Amino acid sequence: MADGNKKKYKIKKSAILIACICLSVAGFFISIGNGAVKISPMEIINTVLLDEKTVNYQIIWNVRLPRTITASLAGTCLALSGCILQGVMGNPLASPNIIGVSSGAGLMTLAVLIIFPDYYYLAPLGAFAGALFATLFIYFLAWKEGAATTRLILAGVAVSSLLGAGNNAIMTFYPDKVSGVIGFMVGGLSSTNWKHVDMIFRYAVIGIILLLFIANKLNILMLGDEVATGLGLNVEATRFFFIIISSLLAGAAVSVVGLLGFVGLIVPHITRLFIGSDYRYLIPATIFTGSAVVVICDTLARVMFAPLEIPVGIIMSALGAPFFLYLLRRKKEY
Amino acid sequence: MDLKVEGLNAGYEEKKILKDISFNVKSGEIVTVIGPNGSGKSTLIKSISRYLKPKSGNIYLNKVNINCINTKEIAKNLAVLPQVKGVSSDVSVEELVSYGRFPHLKFGKRLSMEDREVIEWALEKTGLFKMKDRYVATLSGGERQRAWIAMTLAQKPKMLLLDEPTTFLDICYQMETLEMVKDLNKTLGITVVMVLHDINQAARYSDKILVINSGELREYGEPCQIVSKGLLKDIFKIDADIYEDRINNCPYFIPKKNDCITGKQNN
Repeated sequence: MADGNKKKYKIKKSAILIACICLSVAGFFISIGNGAVKISPMEIINTVLLDEKTVNYQIIWNVRLPRTITASLAGTCLALSGCILQGVMGNPLASPNIIGVSSGAGLMTLAVLIIFPDYYYLAPLGAFAGALFATLFIYFLAWKEGAATTRLILAGVAVSSLLGAGNNAIMTFYPDKVSGVIGFMVGGLSSTNWKHVDMIFRYAVIGIILLLFIANKLNILMLGDEVATGLGLNVEATRFFFIIISSLLAGAAVSVVGLLGFVGLIVPHITRLFIGSDYRYLIPATIFTGSAVVVICDTLARVMFAPLEIPVGIIMSALGAPFFLYLLRRKKEY
Repeated sequence: MDLKVEGLNAGYEEKKILKDISFNVKSGEIVTVIGPNGSGKSTLIKSISRYLKPKSGNIYLNKVNINCINTKEIAKNLAVLPQVKGVSSDVSVEELVSYGRFPHLKFGKRLSMEDREVIEWALEKTGLFKMKDRYVATLSGGERQRAWIAMTLAQKPKMLLLDEPTTFLDICYQMETLEMVKDLNKTLGITVVMVLHDINQAARYSDKILVINSGELREYGEPCQIVSKGLLKDIFKIDADIYEDRINNCPYFIPKKNDCITGKQNN
């Protein structure tokens, strides 16, 4: 009977995980199928998997598929980044947007895209450097015989606004290039193509694989620094490593979709609500929920006011903020 | 597993708390650290649990310097139950106990059959087997403390460090926890170093008592030598009568008057 319970626990968590995967797959079909031309799921399957030259071959391959993949990867990266930061910093408010990781990445991306436009392909590396620099800077500011979480968050908020000023400064100095940047500031996916998929893909994959291997360390870290030390975890080094991965993920996403907010904050919370706080399940689930949320929101952004297209960041905020407030009211722990 | 502390100086940032502490703990002993608030008891436990790096001095477990070898290797022999600890609201007792196997897990590996057996053993040893599927957050104070002790047991340690394991517990849970520690010491031979506030409990459950005051080691020896009128007056500022508990074969005291309250003396 005892083992039966353990099995039940695993089955339940696995079922939720499978539901998350289904949601993510459904998101793909919804996103590729909707727009100025509606495409049926069968045609999508025939085109993508069987490589049939259907009527909408061009639309699927050149427009919707790269955009959907980019949205999916960006969603996954931002959600995972937030999920790790919330765990590592022991604070539910931690997310790449709020503590300055995204602004660091954004500043470097803007610098590359506006000042050295010829080197656009270096944007993810620049963003990673920016995110990492911002995180290390925050860590340095908060360091006093170990980095207490409250200090980390406060330092993050300060650094975030400083870097935000940097973002605005670049836009003021290069006003002629600002028009293309608005989408970047709120987070948008318009005119995404395979180039963008290429930019984000490998960083996302590296980050996800590393994370899956060490997810159990986050469970140990959750027990408190002293308990974790007693269990033989090198707390500072582990926390540092997680921060690097989260910078890598946030940097990859920001360099492609811009400062897309709320994903890193809300998606981990919602996912945790369903699957619980065991990181061995939470991390894999977040991969799919992050993807699904951004893909579906981007579809809404494309079709709601068609032919006008709005940046996905606006949809994210419009849907995300109220939902987050609802969670806040319903569950006391958050 | 024996412990040797040698010329330990420790503290936080600029503040020096422990001053030149040296003592030995023999394998199989229960040693209780007592002292007034702020005397450095917890700092001592934190230093031995390698949460706090010593400013100078060394700590040896079986002649190995604990700050010189892999922390995971130490965790296979030394388990720590600190005062400050947290657990998410949806962690079950069994899951918490399973975390005790962490130092024995190889990178990226899951729990083996052997690990499962150890977890089951730890649950049974602490009488929690029937509650293993309950959330830790829903347990009573005493049960929760037992769950944490079960986690440390799953480490299969040879030495256990407990920082005020009875704080915030009702007297019956205090007894329950200490009886369990004593039993683990007797049946499994686990060496125990713990901090207690209650000197009578310290006298009853320990082989030796270590007294710290203002960061200095003041006394170290068997309870009948340590618990004396002079020490209670000197360190805890109380007048007390010492009696002998013949059932448990240890000294106990009853305080008469406290000079702290009248403000005559303060540490």
